Amino acid sequence: MNLIAKPSKENIKTYVPIGLFLVSLSFLDVFINAFFNFNLMGFLPSQLSYFLPLILGFIGFYLIRIEFSGVRSLDVLNKNINSNNFNALLTLFTIFIIIKSIPPMLDWFILEANFAGNSKDDCTGNGACWVFIKVWFNRFMYGLYPDAEQWRINTAFLILFAVVGVSFFVAEKLKKYFILFLVFVFPFLGIKLISGGSFGLEYVESAAWGGLSLTFIISAFAILFCFPIGVILALGRRSSLPAIKYISIGFIELWRGVPLITVLFMSAVMFPMFLPDGTFIDKLIRVLIAITLFEAAYMAEVVRGGLQALPKGQYEAAKSLGMGYWRMNALIILPQALKLVIPGIANTLLALVKDTPLIFVVGLMELAGMIGLAKTNPKWLGMAMEGYVFAGLVFWVICYAMSRYSQNLEKKLSTER
Amino acid sequence: MSKIIELKRVNKWFDKFQVLKDIDLEVAPQEKIVICGPSGSGKSTLIRCINRLEEHQEGNIIVDGTELSESTKNIEKIRAEVGMVFQQFNLFPHLSILDNCSLAPIWVKKLPKKQAEEVAMNNLKRVQIDDQALKFPGQLSGGQQQRAAIARALCMEPKIMLFDEPTSALDPEMIKEVLDVMVDLAKGGMTMIVVTHEMGFAKEVADYMIFMDEGKIVERAKTKDFFEKPKSERTKLFLSQIL
Repeated sequence: MNLIAKPSKENIKTYVPIGLFLVSLSFLDVFINAFFNFNLMGFLPSQLSYFLPLILGFIGFYLIRIEFSGVRSLDVLNKNINSNNFNALLTLFTIFIIIKSIPPMLDWFILEANFAGNSKDDCTGNGACWVFIKVWFNRFMYGLYPDAEQWRINTAFLILFAVVGVSFFVAEKLKKYFILFLVFVFPFLGIKLISGGSFGLEYVESAAWGGLSLTFIISAFAILFCFPIGVILALGRRSSLPAIKYISIGFIELWRGVPLITVLFMSAVMFPMFLPDGTFIDKLIRVLIAITLFEAAYMAEVVRGGLQALPKGQYEAAKSLGMGYWRMNALIILPQALKLVIPGIANTLLALVKDTPLIFVVGLMELAGMIGLAKTNPKWLGMAMEGYVFAGLVFWVICYAMSRYSQNLEKKLSTER
Repeated sequence: MSKIIELKRVNKWFDKFQVLKDIDLEVAPQEKIVICGPSGSGKSTLIRCINRLEEHQEGNIIVDGTELSESTKNIEKIRAEVGMVFQQFNLFPHLSILDNCSLAPIWVKKLPKKQAEEVAMNNLKRVQIDDQALKFPGQLSGGQQQRAAIARALCMEPKIMLFDEPTSALDPEMIKEVLDVMVDLAKGGMTMIVVTHEMGFAKEVADYMIFMDEGKIVERAKTKDFFEKPKSERTKLFLSQIL
């Protein structure tokens, strides 16, 4: 098998150019094939021409695989994507698949998609019918909230973004007032503004709320409440008082053991039956309580993980300074434990946001629910793909933003270790 | 002279294993006591009982006129008066050295923040790490961390200081800087109970030596007598091995 010498430093001058040429040729072939629908190797028998790029690329990668070549970029390349035959094949496959899948995606999303028009009939191309999103956009954002009153939702969110934005730039000392406002005042102010019923604002019942704004409202409230409840449950589960301990364990295990969808269903259908006649709790509030308690159980276990990771010495040091249970936990234990479990907390909160579409089972339509409703409209049948791709993108943007924020927080808080 | 710490027939078990057996101990204000003994002899447990990081099951422990019992109020009162220094320092890693020192005065003694920080800086100066005040514990050497831990305990202005093997986790060259601080503290008139194997330190500052073995106080003697003419065979054996 010594027909060709093994690639080494001696023959680097001939092997590397040939190898690179072959690899580029294989990429070029796939690229032209995918984007211009023209087969460079068309003169060859069909099966051979199909596999040829793979064979050429494979040989090319073999030829440039020279250990300690002394050329930095070549070494980096070999080490990362071309360390052996199998990895070279994987590399080729991955790159080919990416190249191959770009044109159809591009076509569907943009090139052959329809943007202009007002009805389904305007969608003549083969691509996505974005007209659907455009026409229904208002519903996707605000649900069935009356058009004339939508400024109230906008104002509430504008105030939120403004306060959050300003809080990044104010002095450290004022920051805590901003946070207090955001946590204790704004949620109720915002909800009052949106629901109305006083200050001359028309009352809009929660059944009309919907779309992305409802996603935000539910997520925000659930996050706001499930976090402290989760922390208290976590502390409770580690309490030395048996009553508190077993109540916490029971609560956590009960809620963790039931699917969210059944919890929501119970909150909407069963729960009202147990209420005395004449009492009425808004459906949205019942659902919010259900989601909050459900996620709090998960949060509790995440936080407990952090509590258990702390060395015993931290508890002893805090106690030896005369701190009581609450001071010890608030000042010493929780700040460290929560910092340790930021990834887990982010995980739970992301799951919470992505669980909100489940509220469709009780008839509340947030973004995904609204899309589900729109796609069954007789005039807009067959738009499921566009709708759910849109929903997926929106959820991804929200969740990715949250994930980035949690990573930043982690970095910011980890300076002292 | 009235006693600041009194232990009367204290017994303690971990499950079925008895760690403290009929411990009687009295400490007068400003006395310095060094406890030594082989590992597992219960010396750490003994001083941890004094601020109730460990619970005793039988007997009485009275600290500065307050008896240690189930009462949380009493426990917290005693802990605020008794400073403790640990083998593993146990500084709070999420707070700067200054915050480590000023936290308890602010939240437990309710000092205004400014005053608490002043107290903290004074104590950091006393242990000679005031230049490190704004750093975090992870950025300090072991010796500096232990001195910061001593300063943190001093910020509560305790009447008694307990030291639980304060130099055992330190590199040899850092032991001296910590011991110097402790000697200094002893000369300032602090009541101290120290669990340590540093016999040089013991000879220099201790009024009394206590030797423990298997949960019992085997020998309690004036420092000079303890080293020169120990009474029990067990003490002699121990001393011959560590001196």
